[in-house]
Amino acid sequence: MKRWLPLALFALLAGFLAKGLFLNPGEVPSPLIDRTAPAFSLPLVGEPGRSFGPETMRGQAWLLNVWAPWCVSCRQEHPTLMQLARENRVPIVGLNWKDDAREAAALLARTGSPYVAVPDDRDGRVGIDYGVTGTPETYLIDRDGIIRLKHIGPITPAVWRDRFEPELKALGL
Amino acid sequence: MIPELGQFALIVALLLALVQAMLPLAGAWRNDAALMSVARPAALAQFGFVLVAFVCLAISFMVNDFSVLNVARNSYSRLPELYRFTATWGSHEGSLLLWVLMLAFWGAAVAVFSRRLPDAMAARVIGVMGLISIGFIVFTLTTSNPFERQLPAAIEGNDMNPLLQDWGMIIHPPMLYMGYVGFAVAFAFAIAALLSGRLDAAWARWSRPWTIAAWTFLTLGIVLGSWWAYRELGWGGWWFWDPTENASFMPWIAGTALIHSLAATEKRGVFKAWTVLLALTTFSLSLLGTFLVRSGVLSSVHAFATDPARGAFILGFLVVVVGGSLALYAWRAPRIIAGGGYSGFSRESLLLANNVLLIAALGAVLLGTLYPLVVDALGLGKISVGPPYFNAVFVPLIAPALFLMGIGPLARWRNGRLADVAARLKWPFAAVLASGFALAFALDEFKPWAALGFCLALWIAYTVGLAFRDRLRGGGDLPRAFWGMQLAHFGMAVGVAGIAVVAAYSSERDVRMAPGGSAELAGYTFTFRGAGPREGPNFHAMRGTVEVSRNGARVATLHPEKRVYTASGMAMTEASVHPNFFRDVYVALGEPLDDQGAWSVRLFHKPFINWLWLGALLMAIGGFLAATDRRYRLGRAASRAAAKLAAQGA
Repeated sequence: MKRWLPLALFALLAGFLAKGLFLNPGEVPSPLIDRTAPAFSLPLVGEPGRSFGPETMRGQAWLLNVWAPWCVSCRQEHPTLMQLARENRVPIVGLNWKDDAREAAALLARTGSPYVAVPDDRDGRVGIDYGVTGTPETYLIDRDGIIRLKHIGPITPAVWRDRFEPELKALGL
Repeated sequence: MIPELGQFALIVALLLALVQAMLPLAGAWRNDAALMSVARPAALAQFGFVLVAFVCLAISFMVNDFSVLNVARNSYSRLPELYRFTATWGSHEGSLLLWVLMLAFWGAAVAVFSRRLPDAMAARVIGVMGLISIGFIVFTLTTSNPFERQLPAAIEGNDMNPLLQDWGMIIHPPMLYMGYVGFAVAFAFAIAALLSGRLDAAWARWSRPWTIAAWTFLTLGIVLGSWWAYRELGWGGWWFWDPTENASFMPWIAGTALIHSLAATEKRGVFKAWTVLLALTTFSLSLLGTFLVRSGVLSSVHAFATDPARGAFILGFLVVVVGGSLALYAWRAPRIIAGGGYSGFSRESLLLANNVLLIAALGAVLLGTLYPLVVDALGLGKISVGPPYFNAVFVPLIAPALFLMGIGPLARWRNGRLADVAARLKWPFAAVLASGFALAFALDEFKPWAALGFCLALWIAYTVGLAFRDRLRGGGDLPRAFWGMQLAHFGMAVGVAGIAVVAAYSSERDVRMAPGGSAELAGYTFTFRGAGPREGPNFHAMRGTVEVSRNGARVATLHPEKRVYTASGMAMTEASVHPNFFRDVYVALGEPLDDQGAWSVRLFHKPFINWLWLGALLMAIGGFLAATDRRYRLGRAASRAAAKLAAQGA
């Protein structure tokens, strides 16, 4: 019997590995879920003199998409965001995280902007308040300013369907 | 055209691997010499075609062919030529092709150096290597094709990850993969032996040099990775117990156990089942490491971009290879004949104790690496296991192994006498203990772990000296294998001393420095002379100037940099190090703090850090010497003797 032990141990290990394949280690539960979105006031990219804060969006559900011009994964989710913007599903605010405002403006001018506003978080302070670990990350904030969902990584049509749509349905949208 | 040629060559290599796997294995089974004789030419041809594929990819990188997706994503027209070449294996796809190349290389090496193996054995070993090649080439072609085109072509590339733009990274992956993949040879020998049902001393002798060679490469690969992390990440750390590091460390521990267990099996015919199992385990851990790093099941600082399809493929492959080999083991185990006996205190029993400790340490590392995954899979939440766990379990298991490492080579095979060894080592042991503690007391602050490290290092170093004296007194010659073993053990002593000091007595400071300002650390004075812009080929940098002096005498002028890479926009900290035999002085630039030119600066004093690299280098040289011992380069007479031995074993 003893000679089958290594195989049995390996079968157990393989089972866990298979299960692990369908889990996402980057998906750290955010302590901010069901809390009020941290307040901030940041200048807007391409609109000198104007600033943006979450209170501006009170009364409607919206997405806070943390991105940066240098971020390759953000370009990957760009078409999905454009599609959402075209469908007018939910307004998207693009927080330009730790990068140059001019580059952000230039990139959006070239590729099209899915955003209703692009606050400029040059030094990353707001990112720290929101617990941003990297780009892209997206928060769904409801009409009372409560964070309902945090997604780490690019939004694909599948992610949108499986994670965001149910949450939006729950909000009655 | 060139990328298509590369892809075509890889497909041909796949077909050749199929031939290399099927015909010789069938031939060995049916005892058909004609089929078996296909093995060697097929292995050589497979290597040739994989090499063509690899060269094609390298050419695409060298000529900046941005119509190749892999090149566009991982290179850049202003990337220096050397890095354009190394970018070939800077991505998941490219590094996988490098892996396939290494595997084909080992297969070809076996084909060339196995002329004196029995035909059936050689055919089986090369056939199993072919089976593994099939898996990896199919993986490359189906999920990770490095030659994929994108049309229209990109105008400019995204640049190589700046972290990888370092010369440590140029040689780290090839060395690491040579080690990882090299264990496939030991694996293939074990499978061949199980298939033939002849697990004997001859089998152990044949696989020993291959195992030691793979171990040597893996040692170099791991230490180069550690050295790279130390200099390039700018944190002054050299080992983080990160899943990716553990993925390479686990096969190393298993390989170390395997080398020692093979020695006992060859010399005394003992531990046969255990040794076979270790050979299977070591390569299985290489595959497991590949799975962990490339499937994204664990989060790590340097995991490759993840894709569930890749994870599923490697897992399937892992199940086939590891599950299949363990099933074969379970089926064949009853045919393994127990070897000679040995007493409770003998070199065999000490090697066994050392093996048990190493495997326990391996289990601890494996558990810590997989624990987050298991907890997550059971739905118990997200956790991460860090250095506190690993240090707490690893050190107590490895310390006794290091202690035994001193005694083992001095004990006799079969029937040693504990009383003799104890009488002989009693006073030296006391002296080592006393001087180890004295050394730790002599340093500025007494640290118990440092004292333990000193004692173990002195103990190993002393017993190495003793072993040389015994050999010379006994009038014996000093073969390469002896030199190799002792040098590797001595290297371990040097490394342990380095680790003890650097872990206990390193110091660092985060300071704000205005131009002209200075700070003190570990007796050194660091004076900041400001930072100015510098243009690199593919980055802009702010280059700081820090003068280091000690007691008023100038020691060095260091130039740490903060770089921003043009294409990717990634910021990088380029630390500047002044090394010598006893310490590194290490400066890294943090962030600019104001308009007057003040910066946050990190200062490190790392005593004995270079002993670590030196120790690992000595171990690798030891491995090289042992692997090339004359004994293994079977002469005609020796091979006949080995064949006779094999016949007796069967």
